[in-house]
Formats: sequence, structure tokens, C-alpha cells
Amino acid sequence: MSVDADPEEELTIVGDPSTEKQALDHGLSAQEFAEILRLMNRAPNLTELGVFSAMWNEHCSYKSSKLWLRKLPSDGRHVICGPGENAGVVDIGGGLAAVFKMESHNHPSYIEPYQGAATGVGGSLRDVFTMGARPVANVNALRFGAPDHEKTKHLVSGVVAGIGGYGNCVGVPTIAGEVTFHPRYNGNILVNAMTVGIAPADRIFYSAADGIGNPVVYVGSKTGRDGIHGASMASAEFDDATEEKRPTVQVGDPFTEKLLIEACLELMDEDAIIAIQDMGAAGLTSSSVEMAAKGGVGIELVLDRVPQRETGMTAYELMLSESQERMLMILRPGSEAQAKAIFDKWDLDFAVIGETTDTNHLVLIHEDDCVGAIPLSALADAAPVYDRPYEAPPALSPIMGRDVSEAMPADEALRTLMASPSLASRRWVWEQYDNTVMGDTLQIPGGDAGVVRVHGTRKGLAVTSDSTPRYCAAGPLDGGRQAVAEAWRNLIAVGATPLAITNCLNFGNPERPDVMGQFVYCLEGMAEAAHALRFPVVSGNVSLYNETNGRSILPTPTIGGLGLIDDIDLMMTLAFKAEDEDILLLGRTDGHFGQSLYLALLAGREDGAPPPVDLAQEARVGHFVHRLIRDRLVTAVHDVSDGGVAVAIGEMALAGAVGASLTPDLETMDLPLAALLFAEDQARYCVTVPAQLTETVLAEAADEAVPVTRLGKTGRNSIDIAGCASLSLEALRASHEDWLPKLMSGAL
Amino acid sequence: MKAGVIVFPASNCDRDAAVTLAHVTGQSVTMVWHKETALPQLDLVVIPGGFSYGDYLRPGAMAARSPIMRAVVEAAERGVRVLGICNGFQILTEIGLLPGVLMRNAGLTFVSRTVGLTVGTERSPFTRRYARGERLHVPIAHHEGNYLADSETLDRLEEEDRIAFRYTDNPNGSARDIAGILGADRNVLGMMPHPERAADAALGSTDGWRLFAGLVEELQ
Repeated sequence: MSVDADPEEELTIVGDPSTEKQALDHGLSAQEFAEILRLMNRAPNLTELGVFSAMWNEHCSYKSSKLWLRKLPSDGRHVICGPGENAGVVDIGGGLAAVFKMESHNHPSYIEPYQGAATGVGGSLRDVFTMGARPVANVNALRFGAPDHEKTKHLVSGVVAGIGGYGNCVGVPTIAGEVTFHPRYNGNILVNAMTVGIAPADRIFYSAADGIGNPVVYVGSKTGRDGIHGASMASAEFDDATEEKRPTVQVGDPFTEKLLIEACLELMDEDAIIAIQDMGAAGLTSSSVEMAAKGGVGIELVLDRVPQRETGMTAYELMLSESQERMLMILRPGSEAQAKAIFDKWDLDFAVIGETTDTNHLVLIHEDDCVGAIPLSALADAAPVYDRPYEAPPALSPIMGRDVSEAMPADEALRTLMASPSLASRRWVWEQYDNTVMGDTLQIPGGDAGVVRVHGTRKGLAVTSDSTPRYCAAGPLDGGRQAVAEAWRNLIAVGATPLAITNCLNFGNPERPDVMGQFVYCLEGMAEAAHALRFPVVSGNVSLYNETNGRSILPTPTIGGLGLIDDIDLMMTLAFKAEDEDILLLGRTDGHFGQSLYLALLAGREDGAPPPVDLAQEARVGHFVHRLIRDRLVTAVHDVSDGGVAVAIGEMALAGAVGASLTPDLETMDLPLAALLFAEDQARYCVTVPAQLTETVLAEAADEAVPVTRLGKTGRNSIDIAGCASLSLEALRASHEDWLPKLMSGAL
Repeated sequence: MKAGVIVFPASNCDRDAAVTLAHVTGQSVTMVWHKETALPQLDLVVIPGGFSYGDYLRPGAMAARSPIMRAVVEAAERGVRVLGICNGFQILTEIGLLPGVLMRNAGLTFVSRTVGLTVGTERSPFTRRYARGERLHVPIAHHEGNYLADSETLDRLEEEDRIAFRYTDNPNGSARDIAGILGADRNVLGMMPHPERAADAALGSTDGWRLFAGLVEELQ
């Protein structure tokens, strides 16, 4: 490579040198500012300082998390592209690939719930179609504060309307998700949005620029002053003055996003694009820096050419705006006219705003002056990486079945749990999302995973989102393992082969050793589970500083799992299908009650160690269930998670409108009834088997060393637990369905 | 039967409609861009669901003023079958091919669910394969599906047997449970439910299939 031309020697850079105080105001530390002075050999001007602060903040640089993220396995037989690009890519056969990514939009959603959530969906969609994929499914994981907290209703209604408002308009079905409530999110909700797309496996688009003198093209919406310093905000803690930050929240325009999807996919059919990147956090700064740095080229931008919505915007504002629905592309020279014609057709802005250079610098021109020249190596590779001190989390003792006294009869306990904020139906939420647009939805929310058919084929993609934050808080190592295992289990339960995961790692302030400890141990647990279950992590996002007034959220590593169903005739659902079938519990029950919903909701105890995760057992039971589905030996499958076996049975019964009679042989099992029904041991599934096939299933389970418990039979329209009163499905359904609509209408 | 689907910016059920039509008719379906001013020779024009022009101003308001819609109105007046689904129904009321308006749902939220419908009349090219009073299950997904017209208009729709579908459990506050209505000449149908999402057994319901199959049969 030739010696770099140094533009700093040739150009006069206008603007006063910035000060350490300005750096601190931008969220940089004094040490970081000193490092910038060293790298630049001079003090940056304000625009340059803004660029550094955007690239070096936690959100863009992963400076606290990078060391630990490397531990996550990212390779696998199906993996086409792992972390580092806009989204992960896995092979799904037939010449197609699935492209998927999860993004957090926590801080903006707390400040302005509708726009914060809407733009979160927009960002995850762009990450996917940027790589050449048509988005086919959206998923979201939402964590709110206590239901009776003064802000919760406002936040729930705003976030749900925002997600719906955006996803419904762009016409991508929302097929799965989670909504939970806990007081630890009172001042800092979590909004994690995931998108899955499908692309030709040999036509994936990447972000590394290439070549010298190639046009840098801006397409999409015009740039305004919205969202300036959004990425820095996302890297700071909240306090009571947080609402003053409202001007830093971006505003979404799903109409433009829909046009942008169609225009980009149309252009991707031509041979015009060298590299493409969406303008997400830190807008033009991060997109131009990342494309240039990845490609090992320089980049020069003439900021006057950026399409602008407001007048008098400064170079600083243009570089840091987080206006939505914008993309940056490097085109093959000579293809500009062809590309422009497509964007004209869709009435979108198209502007050549610069070119790639051989300077290895980011050079910014505004009003004929050079307003910035920064070596790209300083922005990308020299960003600090911290090995933050951390504390090992305290080890808690397990709570077993014999330690727990029965709070109430089992039928009453089941009804209470299923009507509780933790387990009540989320129908009020997901009925506000279009679940069936695109005409390929095979499973809508309410099951173990959402499923869409791969358009024009007999294949299905299964998607789920999972995390159990109370487990992660009490035992980060097992909590991390469990989050991955549960996602894997949910995919198995619908008949899919789990392929890979994306994630959003939502934690508190990493500068606190106890929070850093949660992060480190959760990641260790995730890495172990991802290894053991061959479930690599191919994309993700980290959201730290989720704290308000010094109190952090529960550690919440949200796992987005993707699985493939080879033949949709072999898709499974959780609904009971017929009367008089045998209900079997697969997997071992020891009676772990630590951190269970039974203790939390019926005894007011949030204590003990979370249930341990035996990954070998997880894999063995899961592979067995997968085979039972493939061999058509089971008619319904549901994983056992929050609330234990009884809740799993309750959900299967409500979904199928068929009841169950439970008559387990407790003496042989040597377990109290409550432990069998409500403990939260892992690696378990409830299945139904037609009576004539039961002996076959039992024999095969014995061969595979998979423990089986006969729970009872399906039938009638009630749940009848031996020794308890009959619980009618009608009554159970009413209490399960009523809670959320009542909360939202103010009736609670 | 030669079918065409109008494509507005941010139509999002255009592909779904085309897939179903291609399947039912066994022929390719013509996609017509909103900036066109003339329609090709068609037996059926579908105005698909979605958020044409982002639903800005009012759902359907801007689409009703787009170049292609003048040609659609002329075609309807010549007797060509015109089917407006969801946003398409909103556009047909905006342009005056159908009476009434579609207001925000009574519950004020977007509603996505499979609803029960009863067939109001078999007397139309769209409903000829159904029996009057028959119950169907078809998905809805809309924010503005609350049908309203003055009582004279509603009475006239009933007298003229122009109510094609009614909800069995009204999800949006529509007057007289109306889910779909016919134009005076019975060749224009607007409906909020999505028959194209109920035309494939894998998706759970095939109750929408006969709407399209009836159109094909009538032309044979």
C-alpha cells in the first residue's frame, strides 16, 4: 500500500480547538480526551470532538463489553456471517439465507414511548434490508415497571402503539414477543426489537467500502436536527431530569421506510452497490466511519450536499443527526444514474455526497471549508476497550419442594398464577400488531415461537425471544444459560431445528463492579449454553447504563432465537388437539422453587438460587422431543418455563379448548404435588400422545434416558387436578384474558 | 379472468392479493403503478390493503387523488369488477365509489385478529359462491375500520341488499356491524377483512377463497 497522503498537512481545518470541559460534556472522560489529543496530535475542533464522542461512546464502541463478547461462539455449520455486520446471516437451504438482528431502544422509549419504540422497529428493519434481505417477521421483547407504577400504563400504551404503528405500516408481520412487568424497570423500561429477513444466500450485501474515488451516496429521508446525541444519551444513566432530553429522541416515518425497503431491494437486483450501511445510532458519523474503516479506505464528505430538512444546519449537526430512514451506499462508478432513477421512482432523496479516498482519513467539507480531518484508525480501531473490574455474584442456596409450604390448593394457585401480571394473556398487546400481513404466517403470538413460511416454499422460520431476568439477577451464570436454553427449547417445541441467535444485552452501569459481574457471568452462561446446544450468536447489541437514580434494572440478556422447519407439515403447536390423549412430562423434576413465580406471586418471596441448567440434559431431552415431532408421535408440545408444569398445561388447554385431568403418581416420584406442578426445573416439555402410541414413546424415552412422568389425560372442559376442585376452562380463560385489558382501561 | 392490483407507495398487501389471484385464476396478475394514468384490459381491479401514502392526512385520502384512480373509476362505471380490501375500502369511500366513511376503531387501537363474518347477500359477483347467512372466518388488521354513514344511507344499503358482510362480534364499532358493502351496480365491493389472507389451508382459513373463485366462475 502506498504511503498515505495526509490531508491534515494540505488542508487548513477551521474551527477552534475544543476543551476538556467540552469533551466531558460530550460524555468522554478526561483520559479519553487526552488519548484523542495524542492520536490527533492536536486538539479536535467541535465537529471532530462530536464525531469522536459518537464513535467512542458505549453504544457504538462496545468499550465495556467487547472483551466479553468475544467469548460467545459465533461459528456454526449454517453461519454465513457472524457479528460485526448490520445483522447475522445463516443458510436456510434452497439457495436462501435468513438475516436477523435484535436492537435495543430503551432510553428513547422511556422518554417518548411511541417514537422511541417505533424507531426501534425501524432500526432493526434497516439492519436487515441493508444486507439485501426482505424483512418477513418482527419480534419484540418489552420490559415495563410495576403495573401499578404511575408511568406504566402510559409507557405500555405508547410503546405498543409505536411498535404497531411502524411495523403495521411497513407491512411486516409481528409474530412473537414478550411483555413482562417488574418494579426494577420502573425508571428504565426495555424495548428490544428484532427483525428477520430472507435473502438469496449468494447476494448478501456488506458494509465494507472498496476502491478509491467511488461515489458515496445518501438515500432516504432528509436530515434534520432530531436525535442529535441519541447514541450518547443511550450511554448515560437516567435521573429525574431525563425528560429534558426529549429533543434527542428521533421521530419515525414508516411510510418512508417502506419506500426505502422497496427502493433498496430494487437497486440490489442490479450490480450497482459496492457497500451499504444504514444510518442508525450516530447517523452519518458511524455509517461513514464504519464503511471506510472496514474497507481500509478514506472517505471525504461534502456536507452541503446532504439533503436537509432544516436550514442553517452546521457540520456538527449534520454529522450527529439521527434522523431516521436514511442509508449510505458506495456505488460502482457509472451506476449513479441507474440508481437515481430507482430512488426517483419511489420519491426518495438521492445525493452523491462524497467519495472514497486514499487518505485513510475522514475528511469533512462544509461551505468550502475543511471542517474536519480525522484518521479513521483513531475513530475505529483506537477506540478504548476497558477491562472493567467486576465482582463474582453471591451464591444463593436452592429452595426445594420440601422447603415450600402449599400456599393454597393447586387449582386456585393455577388460576391465580395465570391471572397474574407475569402470566396473564398478552392478547391486548399483540392484537395491535398485524400478525398476518405477507400471507405466510403459520403461528401468531401466544405459542412457543412465531412461525412464518419461507415464501413460495414448504419451509418455515421459527422465531422466539426469551430471557428470565429474575434468574439472571439471582444467579447470572445459570440465568445466562437459561435464557439461551429457553430460546432453544421454544424453537424445538414448534418442530424447528434451532439455527442461531441474536441478542440484546441490557444491563446497568458497567462501572459498578456488581453490575459488571452480572454481565460477565451472564455472558459466560450464555457462551456455555450456545456451545453446548450448537446455537451460535451471529449478531447482537449491548445496552448498558440502564439505571435510574443509581438503581439498575434486572440484568436482562434478551435472546432472539431463529430455527428452521424443513417441512411445514411437521410444524407443532401447543394446543391440545383431542380428548383422551395421554399427557406426558419429559425431563426431570427435582422441585426447584428458587426464583419461581409460585414463590414470588403466592408467597411474596423473590429469593433462592434460580433452577440450575444442565446443558447435557437440555440437549438430550430437546433432541428427543424433536424426533417425536418428526416421527409424528406427539400431537401437542409446550416447553415448561415460568410457572411450571401446571401453567404449561393451562396454556395448552386454553389454546385447544380441551381440558385435562391430572393424576400423577406422586408417591413413586417422592415429590409434593406443588413441586411437580409449580417448580421451575429446566429442560422439560409437556406433550400429548394418542393413547395407542404411548407405550412406544415410553419405550423410546427409556432408550434415550429421557425421564418421563405420566401426568394424566386430556378431556372435558376443565382442569381437574387429583384432590383439588375442578377448574373450568371458562373461568380460567376469563381470569387469564381479563387482567391486561382491565389494567389498560383503568379498571384495576 | 385477467386481474390487476394497484400498487400505491406503501401498499403492503399488494403481493398477498397477487399471490392469491394468481393461484385462483391460474394466470399472471398485472401490477399497476399508481403513477399510471390508464389501466390495461382487466376483468378485476384489486385495490389492496396497506398504508397508501402513509395514511397521512386520512387513510385513503391521498390515494383517491392519485393518477390511476381516475382510470379505476372509469372502469368501475363500465362495469369492471373492483374489489377494495382494507385500505382499498377506505380509498373507495374517499373517491365516492362507495358511500360512507371508515373512522378510527371504537376502541382506538389497531385490531389484528381473525373475526367471524356472516354473508349478507349472495347477489353479487363477489359473493355468489356463498350462501346468505353463512358464517366465515377471515382476518382483519386495521386502525380505521369503523364504518359510518347516515341512517338514510344505511337503510338504503339494507333495502338494496348491498351489505356483503357483517361482523358476528363487532370489533371496531361499525354501524350495523357492517364489514363490507357493494356499490349500487354490485360490481364494486369494499371490505375491511382480508379474504386474501384466508385462501390457503396452511394459514388457517380458506373462507376467502370462494370470493375469488366466484369471480372467475362468473366470467366463464
